[in-house]
Amino acid sequence: MDVVRTVMRRELAAYFATPLAYVFIVIFLALAGAFTFFLGGFFERGQADLESFFVFHPWLYLFLVPAVAMRLWAEERRSGTIELLMTLPASTFEIVLGKFLAAWLFTGIALALTFPMWLMVNYLGEPDNGVILASYLGSWAIAGCFIAIGACASALTKNQVIAFVLGAAICFLFLMSGVELVLAAFRAWAPPLVTDLVASFSLITHFNELMKGVISAATAVYLGTLVVACLIVNTLLVELKKAA
Amino acid sequence: MQEMVRLERLTKRFGDVHAVEDVSFSVGRGEVLGFLGPNGAGKSTTMRMLTGFILPTSGSARVMGFDVVEQPREAKQRIGYLPEGAPSYGDMSPLAFLRFVGEMRGIHGRELARRIGAAIERTSLEEVANRPIETLSKGFRRRVGLAQAILHDPPVLVLDEPTDGLDPNQKHEVRKLIQEMSRDKAIIVSTHILEEVDAVCDRAVIIDRGRIVADATPEELERRSPRHNALRLTLERERAGEATEAIRTLNTVREVQLLEEVNGVATLLVLPVDGADLGAQVSQLLHGRGIRIERLAVERGRLDDVFRALTRGAPA
Repeated sequence: MDVVRTVMRRELAAYFATPLAYVFIVIFLALAGAFTFFLGGFFERGQADLESFFVFHPWLYLFLVPAVAMRLWAEERRSGTIELLMTLPASTFEIVLGKFLAAWLFTGIALALTFPMWLMVNYLGEPDNGVILASYLGSWAIAGCFIAIGACASALTKNQVIAFVLGAAICFLFLMSGVELVLAAFRAWAPPLVTDLVASFSLITHFNELMKGVISAATAVYLGTLVVACLIVNTLLVELKKAA
Repeated sequence: MQEMVRLERLTKRFGDVHAVEDVSFSVGRGEVLGFLGPNGAGKSTTMRMLTGFILPTSGSARVMGFDVVEQPREAKQRIGYLPEGAPSYGDMSPLAFLRFVGEMRGIHGRELARRIGAAIERTSLEEVANRPIETLSKGFRRRVGLAQAILHDPPVLVLDEPTDGLDPNQKHEVRKLIQEMSRDKAIIVSTHILEEVDAVCDRAVIIDRGRIVADATPEELERRSPRHNALRLTLERERAGEATEAIRTLNTVREVQLLEEVNGVATLLVLPVDGADLGAQVSQLLHGRGIRIERLAVERGRLDDVFRALTRGAPA
């Protein structure tokens, strides 16, 4: 656990050592706000809830979160520090986990900074704060899934741009796997069982549940499994480069 | 001498490329091993296998008895490693960087502070300890890498080109540091600077195209040089021809070369057969003919001759 904490602290500090952290936070807050009021019609809806705020989060994350994850491994490989890191007495999984937690915590900080939204809606009306809390958790969980996917993409290359594009593309597939656009590609050749399976991978379906304030076991297991699976794949990808 | 590092038939292939083939050697306590070879010979690949960064295709590497593949954590704890190019996190200060490496190695609190202080002092990083590493000069960055490698006072040090890119003063400092630390450690230093071998190493392993082509002390290697025990003679210019003829008659002499003629004196280079000791013989011979020798020097042989011969496939 020592190693996980040490790696996490270093990675988190690295975000704030560059302008990346501030650029990310500012853009995230600005876009989240703009989407809520202009696209989501927060005032027009006349309801004291944050649905018009949360509903855009997965789409915001789609291009913002891979930008947070892209440097995790690609940068280590480009600068050669991977050689230093991997020759320290730590297991690959500990390092993978530390990096993931740092990036996830970072998105958590950005998300927490949207608290004025919560203050505002409580000032304007009497929202169901349980639902808001569930939505926050759901939003953070989606960010965690995207981080885990983005970290895998980052482990594949030393080029951060490739890591970003690849990460965003895979995140898009997971997000949209319940939509006809993706399902049609499977329906053409795969049996219905596979198509249903792909459809059940859809992050957006699970997120919509969470936004209604429903935290079901299926959703929790699905999101947890997705993150753990990505961390394992990430570990294998890093180990694989060792044997290459 | 206690054996601390052992490589046994270590082999690495990248697809069809045989980067390292059947490399075996061991290093004992108190020994500084110079690991030499042209660029691309497999030095870094060997060191990366020894430190557990990449896995060998076959063969094994042991550090203090721990197999690097089977017991990586135990082996890595006992190694201090300076990778090629001394990579470090540019956004961190040397102080923060050393703290990170120390904590990764399980050192904490007061003990960590003490060790960081010691490493910074040994590598003379005091004045830059709080500046971001990316703003430091190459020499300082290399020293940050060294500080990181010696932080936990490991029994085995693996240094990949520790003096590359340093100025002569810094090179001297690093060599001094290596010598100071060598007493109770096993140190492997890769380099392509041959003077370094003479300066710090007890033994040299030369590798070429992935294979070991020599494993000997620097003196033994120098002895393989065609110039080992060669005589450098300075005498009167007019009698140089006569002296050359006379020396050539000796059966212990392989060749006599005229090196230069200036200001009435000539310099001859006399190459011996099999490194024979010619000094007494030649001076007697010339003395007998009344040729006055102004200067006579015995050459030790040149490592770079040996290095070139060994790494180009030509006989040394």
